[in-house]
Amino acid sequence: MFKLSSDGEAFVQSELKRYETKESAIIPSLYRVQKENGGWVSPDCIQYLSTLMDIPASRINEVFQFYTMFNKEPVGKFHVQVCCNVACCMAGSREMIDKLCEDYGVEEGEVTSDKRFTFTRVECLGACDKAPMMQVNETYHEGLTMDSAKKILRELK
Amino acid sequence: MAEVKILTEHYHDDNYRTVDGYLAKNGYEMLKKALKMQPTEIITLVKDAGLRGRGGAGFPTGMKWSFLPNNGEERYLLCNADEGEPCTFKDRMMMERAPHQLIEGMIISAFAVQSKKSYIYIRGEYFYAADVLRKAIKEAYDKGFLGKNILGSGFSHDLDVYCGAGAYICGEETGMISSLEGLKGQPKLKPPFPAVKGYLAKPTVVNNVETLASVIYILRDGVQEYRKNGTEKSPGTKLFSVSGDVMKPGNYEVPLGYPLKDLIEKECGGLKPGRKLKAVIPGGTSAPVLTAEEAYKATMDYECLANMKSMLGSGAITIIDDTRCMVDLLGVITHFYHHESCGQCTPCREGTGWLNKIVRSIHAGNATVNDIDTLCKVADNMKGRTICALSDAAALPVLSFVPKFRSEFEYYIREGKSQVRGISYAQMHH
Ligand SMILES: Cc1cc2nc3c(=O)[nH]c(=O)nc-3n(C[C@H](O)[C@H](O)[C@H](O)COP(=O)(O)O)c2cc1C
Ligand code: SF4
Ligand code: FES
Repeated sequence: MFKLSSDGEAFVQSELKRYETKESAIIPSLYRVQKENGGWVSPDCIQYLSTLMDIPASRINEVFQFYTMFNKEPVGKFHVQVCCNVACCMAGSREMIDKLCEDYGVEEGEVTSDKRFTFTRVECLGACDKAPMMQVNETYHEGLTMDSAKKILRELK
Repeated sequence: MAEVKILTEHYHDDNYRTVDGYLAKNGYEMLKKALKMQPTEIITLVKDAGLRGRGGAGFPTGMKWSFLPNNGEERYLLCNADEGEPCTFKDRMMMERAPHQLIEGMIISAFAVQSKKSYIYIRGEYFYAADVLRKAIKEAYDKGFLGKNILGSGFSHDLDVYCGAGAYICGEETGMISSLEGLKGQPKLKPPFPAVKGYLAKPTVVNNVETLASVIYILRDGVQEYRKNGTEKSPGTKLFSVSGDVMKPGNYEVPLGYPLKDLIEKECGGLKPGRKLKAVIPGGTSAPVLTAEEAYKATMDYECLANMKSMLGSGAITIIDDTRCMVDLLGVITHFYHHESCGQCTPCREGTGWLNKIVRSIHAGNATVNDIDTLCKVADNMKGRTICALSDAAALPVLSFVPKFRSEFEYYIREGKSQVRGISYAQMHH
């Protein structure tokens, strides 16, 4: 059964009071849960939040399902999100994600067997002047080449 | 002509993002000035300066502010920092380089519309910008620019940051309001407009990052001076995010009315050697594409682009040269809108699906020439019939790419491969 750290619980409690309506605390709380649950939100986590926040699980689930940044399945320790919108495609991002998946022996969305990586395509992340780009967890890596992307991934700790 | 740096004058200075660095460049001076004015005086200034919303629609800001009902209800100010329009990256730079500029612009605007509480709704992926903003907001509270009785004026205001979680539709103002209320980020039917019934059904002003920051310089320079840049109907300077096939992509601040050709050739260093311009998307992917010929005649203001049946939009300019395949690029765009439709309205939900499916079937070599007409018919039926403008935004690229570059679509269907690149895109998308 999932449970937040005591800091995490305190965070959720303070978010519940922070906004005009307590439902506004759902998104920030889901972020926190996702972080403490290794990068994704399980049905268990939703149930837990529902009790903690005193908001129906269906209500939390509805918000959870709507937003793409909440992962519905387990992801690797490093979630590699490659932008495949216009400017990045023009700079070869589709070829890049295909090659990365091939090198790591996974399909998009799968977790590598060492649990380190998941690769997904995402929409424009607002870094188009430095295309192609990828976001690894919370960090942007811009102006990539195939070699620099591989090197960044190799060196992640 | 050249760049005119009003908003971006100090962006090269790393210290500008700290409160001390900002104060050293006369930061928060206009807040002091504003707090000594009448709120309605500020609204009149913004109206007379002709400031138009920088988020996409170009609606006159002063006019929007004067729609707020005078019924004593609490009012909210929301800064739209969702920046999801593909190929737009100006708000991110503004927040990362000059968080205090946005904060000052917001406090002045909040004072003008007499709002006690505001939020910056920022897209979830902008973790770094959100961090920069949170630090800056704390500094602003510490200096007494936010909180109770700001600088002894009697005006109080609280400002907070709220992070979205990945949904383009939350950039639409009523979708943003739903999201902030803790709901799915689905747009709401207008009217009532947010100015009348917005966040928590209270009167709410929604403005883009760049719009709110611009208010500072209208106060600083006055109406006449502010209007020296830009055109009669599009006054001031604007940030343009240029991406794609130019030597120096990036954000450029130029007066509205700036020739697109100059922007490409001077500021952006022109095209890559040996390449020719083929097309330009002038206002984010929702804006109808221009041919090279049109682009070389265009000036970057609201009226010129409207006359060309396109739009200035968010100021995202994507340069496309002669090595690019329009059939491929349209596929990227139709995929995006299909992915981002919130699904509430049938024409949008079904229409975006069909557009994407038909373009895919062209890519896969399974389409006939009749499908080109079907594609346009579907797009045509998606316009003007939905809760929000995403449906139109999805239709417009189709209704410009296809007629303007029809021979590329016909070639692809006939030969099963791209006329430009000689390859098939069947495998490139998922
Ligand atoms: C589908 C859709 C997406 C939008 N995305 C954004 C956005 O990311 N940022 C933004 O400022 N405005 C966006 N808008 C426009 C807003 O609805 C609204 O008009 C704008 O925030 C008003 O601010 P302004 O008058 O200062 O431009 C979007 C509109 C639509 C229909
Ligand atoms: S037009 Fe599309 S995105 Fe907008 S409310 Fe309707 S279904 Fe949702
Ligand atoms: S198109 Fe990739 S970051 Fe904008």
